[in-house]
Amino acid sequence: MFESLTERLDQALKTLTGRGKLSEADVDAGLREVRLALLEADVNYKVVKDFVASIRARAVGAEVMDSLNPGQQLVKIVDEEMVRLLGDRVPMGYAPSPPTVIVLAGLQGSGKTTTAGKLALFTRREGHRPLLVSTDVRRPAAMEQLEILAKSINAPAYAPRGTDPVAIVAIARESLAEARRVNADVVIVDTAGRLQVDEDLLAELKRITDAVPAQHRLLVLDAMTGQQAVNVTVSFQRTISLSGAILTKMDGDARGGAALSLRAVTQCPIQFVGVGEKLTDLEIFYPDRMASRILGMGDVLTLIEKAQDQVDASQAREMEKKLRAGRLTLTDFMEQLKQVKKMGPLEGIIGMLPGAGKIKNLAGALPTDDQLKEMEAIILSMTPLERERPEVMDGSRRRRIARGAGTDIAAVNRLLKGFQQMQQMMKQMGKGKRIKGLPMDPAQLLKG
Amino acid sequence: MNAPPNPEDTAPGERQGFWKRFSKTLEAGRQSYVADIKEVFGRPALDAAFWDDLETTLIAADAGVPTTERVVQDLRRQAAGAHLRSPADALAYLRADLVGELQGRPRALNLDGAPAVVLVVGVNGSGKTTTIGKLAYLLRREGRRPLLAAGDTFRAAAIDQLRLWGERAGVEVVAHQPGADPGAVAFDAVQAARARGAGPVIIDTAGRLHTRSDLMEELRKVRRVLQRLDPASPQEVLAVLDAHVGQNSAQQVKVFQEAIGLTGLALTKMDGSARAGVVLSIEAELSVPVKLVGIGEGLEDLNRFDPGQYLDALLRIEEAR
Repeated sequence: MFESLTERLDQALKTLTGRGKLSEADVDAGLREVRLALLEADVNYKVVKDFVASIRARAVGAEVMDSLNPGQQLVKIVDEEMVRLLGDRVPMGYAPSPPTVIVLAGLQGSGKTTTAGKLALFTRREGHRPLLVSTDVRRPAAMEQLEILAKSINAPAYAPRGTDPVAIVAIARESLAEARRVNADVVIVDTAGRLQVDEDLLAELKRITDAVPAQHRLLVLDAMTGQQAVNVTVSFQRTISLSGAILTKMDGDARGGAALSLRAVTQCPIQFVGVGEKLTDLEIFYPDRMASRILGMGDVLTLIEKAQDQVDASQAREMEKKLRAGRLTLTDFMEQLKQVKKMGPLEGIIGMLPGAGKIKNLAGALPTDDQLKEMEAIILSMTPLERERPEVMDGSRRRRIARGAGTDIAAVNRLLKGFQQMQQMMKQMGKGKRIKGLPMDPAQLLKG
Repeated sequence: MNAPPNPEDTAPGERQGFWKRFSKTLEAGRQSYVADIKEVFGRPALDAAFWDDLETTLIAADAGVPTTERVVQDLRRQAAGAHLRSPADALAYLRADLVGELQGRPRALNLDGAPAVVLVVGVNGSGKTTTIGKLAYLLRREGRRPLLAAGDTFRAAAIDQLRLWGERAGVEVVAHQPGADPGAVAFDAVQAARARGAGPVIIDTAGRLHTRSDLMEELRKVRRVLQRLDPASPQEVLAVLDAHVGQNSAQQVKVFQEAIGLTGLALTKMDGSARAGVVLSIEAELSVPVKLVGIGEGLEDLNRFDPGQYLDALLRIEEAR
């Protein structure tokens, strides 16, 4: 949707009234589109209003640089301001004298318990010894859930069952002794989900943070949260004076305007984002990536990083050479499919691409895991010659391959056609042509 | 844990009480951040400030930009045609208009089958398991014999959680081991219900973000298993939506609808300050009706969705009744 926002802004700013500078009228026309984009991203109405006002002050009179058109210039200002507002990254600090106590709070279903497990794993990877504590006596089986998560990463858990709500504060306090007993230096306290309007439960949360030296009091917030994000945050902030926040379910397709709302009203830093169901799916928060996502510009940086993580660098360089020379063989094609598979579900990757809104419809057109398997079988049924030079493929070869792969000729033809199209696309890329819809040279994505 | 509740405990006035409580929780969540909707409609004149604030309050209620614009433009047209003279007129018109839109959609649960099957789906943390516990209790109170199927074999302790809800609601739970095939659980649960003459079977599923097409395929498989047992099954496929989620709710409904076909929605966590204006856009754009609404963690905190009462609560019309 980056394209669409820029396009919309271009449309709005088509007749630039000032000469090379953004006039008030230009800016106002453009800001209407910005406002709409932010509201669609679930940024709180009031936050949008304040934010747009601050953009306006900066944008009026700004010079339109040679390299940018007015729309891009405005997006650049919006992006910069948003990154500034979303704030710096704050690393997870540890208490000078252990234990470091982390209390997680939030609404029901925001993902506190799963996040507790993820944080435990994170701290351990930083060389610490976490203890997971559950004070959630309300939700049925919440304590079992935390214990199972702890067990899966071999961390100790403290979740005394059968307690009544009165004992919650005692659990929190006793967890410190338990930490000493099991020699843990980080105590992660999970709490029951509670609503921002429930005064009794908020008071209870306050008693928990009062009972332990809670260095980190983190709000766990669902990235899909709507306009209520502000009320939720204000309420928790008022109760336990938040030190930070974690945004969860970022692997979905929500634009995550809640992040901006949260940050604007509490000033407390967003430290992590949850990006999946596995306990390793916790990432450090990057304001610039979040800004791009809220603006619908796609999370290209995360995508590149993911590609870098997963794709063998030397292999990628080799591949790139071939791509540029237009000498891609079916063997390479298969290698590439495998690399793509390693990066995780294709939808997740597509979601990170700019223009994801439009591209998402493509998801159905992309091969599923089953189809990938079939393609692999077809390519494996070919002789080395056929893989290197697909043009030798005649009807009899195709029949043989289809039989070998346990499929029909149509599937073989489909694959060959797809390969041919890809080769053509790659040739264009090799010549340095940009593929429409992508803001950068996609070959860059594969670079190590 | 809790003794199975006595179905006769239910007082006749409870239904009314439920919505009153809902109204009250909305009152508690009043935002100081934006003008309150009640206050806006209480103003003397249909002036520029009124229209601005009306727009603000609707967007703040998660109604979304297109729906808000549609509503406000229509009201403005009516006002220009002199059909409306005051904010109070506007409120009356708006309520009638929205009631007209929301009413006449089938919202009753289809529970005809031997047994009928209710498949419950949704994104992570939306409140599926809790809703199922409460739905089981609601149906039991109506004299049915629900049976629960622990189809969330993925999330840690999800099976235990459903078992505890089963105990609370006084209904049986069919469960396999963690990691088991959800389709197999569904199959066994339907067979068990047939053998025992129980029903409907309410099937829990693991939370899944709608963007995970592999997990959507898993749901389709559960559906296929059910259809093999009875072509008319599942009678209900309910998506559970968290009222706090913003515009993404519509996207969720759309994708689940395309993937497995929904028959209805259950809105949860309506006891927060979320106004669930999202209902307006979902009902207008995707014709999947809200059938259930949950407002708390107690057994009785689930009810059938009633458009009129919902709108009264949303627009905060208390004096009207």
